[in-house]
Amino acid sequence: MEKKKLLEMYRMMLLIRRFEERTAQMYGMQKIGGFCHLYIGQEAVGVGAVSALRPGDQFISAYRDHGHILAMGGDPNAVMAELFGKATGCSKGKGGSMHLFDVEKGYYGGHGIVAGQVPVATGMAFAAKYRKEDRVVLCSMGEGTVHQGAFHESLNLAKLWRLPVIYMIENNRYGMGTPLERASAIWDLSQKACSYDMARATVDGMDVLAVHQVISEAITRAIRDGEPTLIEARTYRFRGHSMSDPVHSHYRTKEEVEEQKKQDPILIFQDHLLKKKVLTQALIKQYEDEIKKIVLDAVDFAEKSPLPELEELYTEIYS
Amino acid sequence: MASKLTMPKLSDTMTLGVLLKWLKKEGEKVDAGEVIAEAESDKATMELEAFDAGILLKIVVPEGGKVPVGGLLAIIGEKGEDIAALLSEKAPAPEPESVPESTQPLPAAPVPDMTPADEIITTDSVRIKASPLARKMAAAKGIDLRRVQGSGTGGRIISRDLAAMPSAAEVPAKQAPAAAPAAVSSEQPLNTMRTAIASRMTLSKTTVPHFYLTMEIDMDKMVALRAEMNAAQTEIKISFNDLIVKAVAAALSKHPRVNGSFAGDKFIFHQQVDIGLAVALEDGLITPVLRDCAARSVGELAKEARVLIDKAKERKLTPNEYTGSTFTISNLGMFDIEEFSAIINPPEAAILAVGAIQEKPVVQNGQIVVGQRMKVTLSCDHRIVDGATGALFLKDFKNYLENPALLLL
Amino acid sequence: MPEITFREALNQAMAEEMERDPNVFLMGEEVGYYQGAYKVSQGLLEKFGPQRVIDTPIAELGFAGLGVGAAQVGLRPIIEFMTWNFSLLALDQIVNNAAKLRYMSGGQIKMPIVFRGANGSAHQLGAQHSQSMEAWLCHIPGLIVMAPSVPADGKGMLKAAIRDDNPVIFIESEVAYGYKGEVPEGEHIVPIGVGDIKRPGKDVTIVAWSKMVHVALEAANILAGEGIEAEVVDPRTLRPLDEQLLVSSVEKTNRCVIVEEGWPYAGVGAEIAHRIYINAFDHLDAPILRVTSEDVPMPYAANLEHAVVPNAQRVAAAAKKVLYV
Repeated sequence: MEKKKLLEMYRMMLLIRRFEERTAQMYGMQKIGGFCHLYIGQEAVGVGAVSALRPGDQFISAYRDHGHILAMGGDPNAVMAELFGKATGCSKGKGGSMHLFDVEKGYYGGHGIVAGQVPVATGMAFAAKYRKEDRVVLCSMGEGTVHQGAFHESLNLAKLWRLPVIYMIENNRYGMGTPLERASAIWDLSQKACSYDMARATVDGMDVLAVHQVISEAITRAIRDGEPTLIEARTYRFRGHSMSDPVHSHYRTKEEVEEQKKQDPILIFQDHLLKKKVLTQALIKQYEDEIKKIVLDAVDFAEKSPLPELEELYTEIYS
Repeated sequence: MASKLTMPKLSDTMTLGVLLKWLKKEGEKVDAGEVIAEAESDKATMELEAFDAGILLKIVVPEGGKVPVGGLLAIIGEKGEDIAALLSEKAPAPEPESVPESTQPLPAAPVPDMTPADEIITTDSVRIKASPLARKMAAAKGIDLRRVQGSGTGGRIISRDLAAMPSAAEVPAKQAPAAAPAAVSSEQPLNTMRTAIASRMTLSKTTVPHFYLTMEIDMDKMVALRAEMNAAQTEIKISFNDLIVKAVAAALSKHPRVNGSFAGDKFIFHQQVDIGLAVALEDGLITPVLRDCAARSVGELAKEARVLIDKAKERKLTPNEYTGSTFTISNLGMFDIEEFSAIINPPEAAILAVGAIQEKPVVQNGQIVVGQRMKVTLSCDHRIVDGATGALFLKDFKNYLENPALLLL
Repeated sequence: MPEITFREALNQAMAEEMERDPNVFLMGEEVGYYQGAYKVSQGLLEKFGPQRVIDTPIAELGFAGLGVGAAQVGLRPIIEFMTWNFSLLALDQIVNNAAKLRYMSGGQIKMPIVFRGANGSAHQLGAQHSQSMEAWLCHIPGLIVMAPSVPADGKGMLKAAIRDDNPVIFIESEVAYGYKGEVPEGEHIVPIGVGDIKRPGKDVTIVAWSKMVHVALEAANILAGEGIEAEVVDPRTLRPLDEQLLVSSVEKTNRCVIVEEGWPYAGVGAEIAHRIYINAFDHLDAPILRVTSEDVPMPYAANLEHAVVPNAQRVAAAAKKVLYV
């Protein structure tokens, strides 16, 4: 992979991490309301997957979506403003943390109902095939999604009709406070694909390059063979399910979280790039400084942006 | 520059946090993002991170301290920095309810400016039931709804009740006729009573399906009985009408439909027999009401009837003395009217028109003799009283008059 | 004007729109090879091929959501539910995605999709196959709900629905598929949100839609025999409602009866009554009455079923009640 591309991926992971740390602070300062699910710990999955997409490919995901929209090139100012509920937000303040959209960039949003986005992704892939477009749809979901009927109906339709879609499970081990082993009859989630004779893969979700690789292969499969793929990326969230949940309590121990933090995907990638001499300490410092400014500017932009006008209540319900 | 560490909002519902434990001591170095304390929200125990690197200069809240969201916990900065200013700052007043302005007043869903029908109370605080359209019509015509008898469900005043009424404006104001040229006719404005009679009778005759039953009654025994009663005492003079009232009451007790009301979607059967007596006045008529006639003696009824009729003629009846009857008797016997049919007084089910007692040749035991005969006509509202129902009532009524001893049972 | 059945009118609308716009496709259970469970899609597979007339597995949630995804990137799906009863499985996609994505995305997304199928009771289909779903769907901001009563409206309204950029719920009736009526050939559009007076009258307004329009017309005939001239108003689109038409009719008649095949509790008729109370209160001479299905799951026995669904006699009785006769 080109050096430039590797550095872009590293920088994006760092941006997402710093952006979300600041998001947590702003939530604490009551600048952000409602549910707020942080992506911290899972950056390698989103960045690895999106870095494999080609121009024109589309991405749709669930509610842990801050990292996804940023990876797709969403404007940090517009994203922070959306979290603040401001008129300048990417969804004009009508979406919020769980419903970030940037259709122009190919990002079809954060969806709040578990598995709600999976049939929709399938339909987007259907449209690509219907219009004979060279386009792949990436659909991200948490591991809790695989227990929903919508997930299974979608996989069947995608395989039945050979749709160019990649279903990517971001298995962060816990559906809120329920560990996978207490929710799923099987551990190896990509086995779900076997029911539909669908191609499948499991990947280390802390390894951004591995994720990139497996998604690239799935894209090739979708385009060349007209086949969908189910991928399980094994990752871990370092924070609580949402801002109002503890990092650890009854459902997992502090020791477990500390142990997992040693597998910080950013540090792993950073070490890799330093060893390869692609990255230098000086460059890290430079990125940190640039990103700090980007994030603080985003907060400043959000802070100074106006609230949505009351007239906005009744706009954009219908076309 | 020193910065403040404040109690974060750890959940959407949190207003207060408990500082559980400090993981750093004053004077220790902290990194940005490092966990320096644990706090308890309403939902869970959470770790507090420092957002700025530096030295923990001052712990403001001891372990176990309760702090509102946004309240100062500690100060982080460079060694030796002056933090007096920060310490003396008031904690930022929590944003009220953290509700952004935009969600407070909703502009949509205009609340229409209207007065609910339920809240329209008349001045004498008797609720008038009227449809919105009827209220509008009454307002336009300047008609006081208290004067209108409703013909709708449950006595609701509806549009047709008002359609027949002249508007207040159409009733010419009282004024001296201005030099009437060659007076071929004269006008008399309707007074309240005439207006009410006009409206109620029109309403009744146009909306209540009337039919009529006429019967001749042998009054021989009644004539004799009355003579006996008036000969035996002088306290009260019993009239034929008093005896007829008593007989009607006795018969009504056995025929609840005739003592009932049609109310749109239901019949109402009145518990008590309250008989209205049509009393002619100089220009008009009024029906004072004798209450609970079935339970009272002829003497009691006679006494009360006198009082009410006198008050009626002096126009001194109070509304509760002339409203709420369940049946009405109109007697034109004193004018030698042989028989006639009356218009029902809504919402009653029937009215009895009583003619004069007349001497007639009758056949008795094969002989032609002089008999005392009286004709009555019952007008019935067919919506509640059928032909047979009315006929059976009249039969019982006749039986009481022809066998007055039964009234003593 | 040729007289054709309701199903033929709907078929014409779909065929014409599919010819007009290659982005329009039909998807649902048995729509293709089987020719449609109620033969509404008869011949479309032969005309347009399996790429555009697509048989699905029995997976309402899946293919409804697939339609949503296809619509938000520019296709114009017609999603057929064999009956609206089965749409309950797909409500998450209809309510949470089709109706809300435009709003939640701050206007970035358009949702040109039609969900259509048979609604209401037919004959002895029992509790799970006899439901009227319009009240459920009318509740949702972001949806348009249409319910034609006659073949010409069926064609004109379906064409309008397919061309609209919003999610449209299109309510049909199994019983009415065989109803015949004159239908204009070719271009015939009945705009969304425009109601129709199906029979003029001056004495009482009877509001009804879909199959119930025919019940209302029958009631109007009975009433005419007694000298009462009922006006039958068909709103046609239930959301948004042609409030002006309803209000002006009631302003004329001063009385209103609403006929609804669905259940009474929180029914569409309750909303219509509310709108009339708000906008025509001072014109009312009697409380508005609703004639609805009985508040019970649909029983199987023919006599019980008959007792549940509104009929002309019940409607005529209600009309007389508001007329105080």
